[in-house]
Order: sequence, then structure tokens, then C-alpha cells
Amino acid sequence: MDFLTLVQVLDSSLRLATPLLLACLAGLFSERAGIFDIGLEGKILAAAFVSAAIAYITGSVWVGLLAGIGASVMLSAIHGLASITLRGDQIISGVAINFLAAGLTVVIAQAWFGQGGRTPPLQSGGRFEPINFPGAVPSKEMADAGPLMQLYSELLSGHSLLVYFALLTVPISWFVLYKTRFGLRLRAVGENPAAVDTAGISVIGMRYAAVIICGILCGIAGAYLATALQANFTKDMSAGRGFIALAALIFAKWRPWYALGACLLFGFFFAVDNRFQNILLPAWAISSVLLLLALGLLAYVWRKSLLDKVVLGGLGLGIVFVSALIVNSAWSAGLGTQIKIPVVFIQSLPYILTVVVLAGFVGKAIPPRSGGVPYMKEK
Amino acid sequence: MDVMPKWADVVLVPLFSLLLAAFLSALLILAIGESPSEALSLMVQGTLLRSAGWGYMLYYTTNFIFTGLAVSVAFHASLFNIGGEGQAMMGGLGVSLVCLFIPWPHWSLAIVGASVGAAVFGMIWAGLPAYLQAKRGSHIVITTIMFNFIAAGVLNFFLVGALKPKGSMDPATANFPASTHLPTFEDMAQLVGFEKMFRSAPANVSFFIALLACVAVWYLIWRSPLGYEIRALGKSGPAARYAGIGSVKIIMITMMISGALCGLMAINTTQGESERLILNFTEGAGFIGIAVALMGRSHPLGVLLAALLFGFLYQGGAELALWTKIPRELIIVIQALVILFTGALTMMVRAPLERLFLMAWRG
Repeated sequence: MDFLTLVQVLDSSLRLATPLLLACLAGLFSERAGIFDIGLEGKILAAAFVSAAIAYITGSVWVGLLAGIGASVMLSAIHGLASITLRGDQIISGVAINFLAAGLTVVIAQAWFGQGGRTPPLQSGGRFEPINFPGAVPSKEMADAGPLMQLYSELLSGHSLLVYFALLTVPISWFVLYKTRFGLRLRAVGENPAAVDTAGISVIGMRYAAVIICGILCGIAGAYLATALQANFTKDMSAGRGFIALAALIFAKWRPWYALGACLLFGFFFAVDNRFQNILLPAWAISSVLLLLALGLLAYVWRKSLLDKVVLGGLGLGIVFVSALIVNSAWSAGLGTQIKIPVVFIQSLPYILTVVVLAGFVGKAIPPRSGGVPYMKEK
Repeated sequence: MDVMPKWADVVLVPLFSLLLAAFLSALLILAIGESPSEALSLMVQGTLLRSAGWGYMLYYTTNFIFTGLAVSVAFHASLFNIGGEGQAMMGGLGVSLVCLFIPWPHWSLAIVGASVGAAVFGMIWAGLPAYLQAKRGSHIVITTIMFNFIAAGVLNFFLVGALKPKGSMDPATANFPASTHLPTFEDMAQLVGFEKMFRSAPANVSFFIALLACVAVWYLIWRSPLGYEIRALGKSGPAARYAGIGSVKIIMITMMISGALCGLMAINTTQGESERLILNFTEGAGFIGIAVALMGRSHPLGVLLAALLFGFLYQGGAELALWTKIPRELIIVIQALVILFTGALTMMVRAPLERLFLMAWRG
């Protein structure tokens, strides 16, 4: 793999990490204020459709973006109404919002455009164009440029405005959450709403503010999908990104800078998955990594309770079995045989990593203490 | 506090929610330029007025009973199993392994074996998140969502790899041997002399297993000591612990029962209908289970009725997509509204009903 390939993979990681990052920060605001939001996915999807549809009709991507944000904020408002005002179940409300978006986008897209639940392709003006930095080399001449020039032209330059905006939201979110009075109150509402209430600050107001910010960021994420990453809306185009953003949020332990790292990492997985269909590793390397993992698990449960032994020990034995299968299949051709890593493994990595982090084996992820609990003023 | 009598709470609240959902859907149908009354009559004609329509409806209903019961059982322990989709996929894997690699002499034995396979695989897939919740405190909603995606990856891995027959292009297993094929309603109708009933509809004997599962879950939750412990833990964790009920054990058992029920869905779809394992065979039934459980108030009888309703909606939705410009996704909108009104906006639905009852009490 040469340097240019690496730069290209990093470049596409950044592109693919952008919607994750926006959605992840959206979730960060909401969850830090104590409102769980598994409806990120639905909000992204709704915003993607509305922004593409409106951008197509008006021919202006900015109107589309605003409309997308509007749609996402409306869903946020429903979530707020259900979980803040009516003190309903936040998880169920999120599930409902996901389905609402999944159904409505297709029904309306079919009624408006009649193209099987998609919007027509957006012309220039209806989508965000890449911004080329001064002096950047066009992609045709990229191979001849020096490494620094490649980094500059491929990785830094040539993204749409929203990518740079998403990167900018990280320091902004950090500043707002940790350096302003609003941020302190917002975090406090997620940890101990009663204390905030005692201080004479409206818990309901703070939570609504957080939920609306969440809607705005999700709206931008959705608009990015349909008007920058691609140039139209297609059915279910969010493709689980809201859930991956949720995973990234946990992976980042509800912190803005960590969120950037987690989203870039997950974006990198996507980019690797897109770019390389065949990742080959020698059989001995795969099976020894698996064996080490299994040994680690078995050693960990050695002195634990029966349940730990059955579950984690069973998992360990399963991994040993897989490793044995690999050795067996490669035995006749020698252990140096190159074995293909399944594509689905790379695709599943974000989820697997999130489960590992949630399990607390690698650092503990502690959610905001009052997350998911509706606040009721004492009577 | 209890303004409404229990029956009103159990019957009126879901009905009122359904009416609200139906009203909003009718507005949506009007907005896209179709007629709601025509749509309804198409749905009824295509579903209730033809035996084949019933055959399709009951096929969907079977899936929704299993997943609805699964979500209900977990609800009783205050657990939210959103991973029905993944558990059902794993169940499908279990069914195919049992059907493909064990030579069954007769379908009646095969369905027992396949049920065990489906239940065990679903159980394992729910057991891991349950363990993480019980022992490590990881939020079960998030882990089961993650396990849905991982299950899709695992299924994909097997269907493009080890289980795909050589030379075949589509990601699916080989067809199951004929001795494992389940009798459909069409076969059963012919047996008792009704020709031309349930023509080529996919409903099959697993519908009766779903009914049995309803009875079993009813017995488990309301008549068995284990059910008492599950409900006690669901009502109050500290109180249950004080009464000597181990939360780790109950969380594990409840989630594994829930996973087994979701897995069982695969005998209907995989052994009964497609007769081989295909990608995306769950078609979102794991998620519909949430709507069914909420609408059915987590009671097996309610789940059965709600599953029938959603079966009707799914078959009716297919009819609409066939004859009108309304896409099948309309049903997802209705499903979302039902979840919203019965699960998240219950206060909004209950408030006017309670006011009505207060007025009635005062005369």
C-alpha cells in the first residue's frame, strides 16, 4: 500500500465520519441533558429526505438544508413532548420516531416524485460542492505530487462545507458544554435535575434546549448525506448511521473530543470496507490472535462465578473452535496461507467494539446519571 | 389515582391509540391524493374476504405473536428487548442447521427439532446482552441494538460462505429436504375436504405453535413462581432483592426466554415459508413485536389480538401497494404511530379518557 492510497483512505474516512460526528454530537447534547435518544437514525433519515426534496424543488441547497433541519427539529420536538412534558418512555419514543421517519420518507417520496421512494438527482446548486483550497492539485495529477502536497490536496482540501463545519462543531461543543454557564447547567440537568431545579433553573427548559440542539445537528447530518455525500435521497439511506453514532457516543464516553476520535475510527472502518474487498492475512497470524483472545477470556473467568465461566468461558471456547477451524482449513497448504478476512467482520467492528466498551473490559463507560429518567417536580 | 376502572385502562387506551393512529394515517392517505375509505375497503377485501388473504394474514400474525410475546416477557421484568430482529436471525440459523444436517423422517419430528434449534440459538443471542446487563451493567437496549447488527453480519457471513451451496449465486442455503416441509393451511384444508382454500398462502402449522406459546407465556407470567419473580423484579428491583429474588438470575432467564421466543419465529418463516434460509427473512418482525407488545399491554391475549391486527395491516398493506399508489411503507407509519401513542404518549391518550370518566363519576 503506497502513501497515496493511505491518504485516499483517510480522506474517505473523513467524508464518512462526518455524518457520524454530527449525529454523535447531537446525541451528546441530548444524553448529557438526561434525554436518551435512539431516534437519531430517524431524524437523520427525515432530514436527508426533506433536504434533498426541497433542494430539488427550489434548486437551492441552502433552502434544502434549512428544511432538513426543520424536519429533524420537528421530530425532536415530538421526542421532547413525549419524554419531557408527558414523561413517557424515551426509548419507546425514539423507536417510534425511527419508524415514523422510515415510513413517511418513502410514502411522501413516492407521492411527490413517483420514483420508488427516491428523489431525482440534484443538479449543481442543489448540492454542496467540494471546496478546493488555493494551490491544491487536482486528483488527476495527484500521483505526481509530493507527500505533503498529497496530504494537503487530498485530505485537507476538496471537502464540502459541511465537513469543515462538522469538524468545527467539536471544539464548539466542548466550549459550550464545559466553559459556559449554559453547558454546566445542561450537564447538571443530566446528572442531578433536582439540584438544578432547586437553583431556580427550569429543568424542562434546559432539556428542551438540548433536544432542539440535537435536532439541528441531526438535521445537518441528514442534509450532508443527501446533498453532499450523495446527490439524492434513496430509501433508508441513513443505513444505521444513527445507531453507529450512538455506538460512537458510548465509545467516546459522552465527551466531545473523544467523539471525534470514535467517529474518525468508525469512519475509517467504513473507508477500509469500501476500498479493500480482500484483506488477506496469514492463517497463523489470525489463529494466534484468536487464541490469545480466548486465553485472555479463559484466564479472566478462572476465579469468577459460575455464570461468568459459562458465558465468557463459552465465548472463549467458541473462539478457540473458530481458530481451530482456520488452522484446519489451512493445514494442508501450510500455515502461511493467506486467509481472507470476511467483509462483514470489518462492517461489524464498530458494534463489536461498542459492546466490548459497554461491557467495561476496556475502560468503563458511565452514562449521565439521570439519563432516561423523566423529571418530576416535587409537589 | 386510579380514575379509570381496569377494563377501561386495558381496552380503551389501546383502542383510542389505534383510532388516533388510524385517523392520522387517513390524513396522510388524503394528503398523497388517495381515498382513505377506498384504501380500507381494499385492505378488507384483500385480507378478510378471501381465504388466501387469511392465509397471508395468519402467516404474518404468527411472526408477530412470537416477537410480541418475546418483547412482553422482557417488559414484565422491566427489560426492553429491542434485539428481536437479531435473535430471530440467529433462530433462522438454528432452524437451517437442524433441517439441513439432520435427516428427519417426518415433519412432525422435524418441527420439534427445528424449534429446539431456533430457541437455543435465539437464547444464546439474547443471553450475551442479558449477561452484560446483569453482571456488567451495560444498558440492554444499546447492547441488543448492537447485537442486531452483529447478527446481520453473522447471517450474511454464513449465507455468502459456508452454508451457500456450491455454484449458487444468491445468498441463501440449499432448499431443506422435503421431509422437513411443514403442512400449510392449504394442505390442512384439503385434508378435511375443502379444496381451493388458502390457495398458495404461506400460513402453516407453526401458527398453532404460536398459540401454544401464548398459553405457555400466560402460565409462566401469571401462574408460575418464576413469573412472580419476573414481575416482582420488574415492579421494583430493590423490593425483589429484599424478597430474596436474585436479579442476575431473573434477568438472564427472562432474556433467554425472550430470545427463544424470537428465535421460534424462524420456524414459521424459514422452515414453513421459504424452506431455506434467506437474507432479511425477518422483515422487521422483531421490531413490530414492540408495537404488538405495547398495544397488547404485555398480556398474551392482548398480544394475540394485536398480532392479528398487525397481520391484517401487513397483508392489507401489500394489497394497497398492489392496487394503488400507496407504498407498503404506509404500514410502517401506522406502526410508528401505534408505538408512539401506546408507548410514549400514553399520558396524552389517557388524559382525555380520564377526564371523561371523572365527568361520568360526578354524574
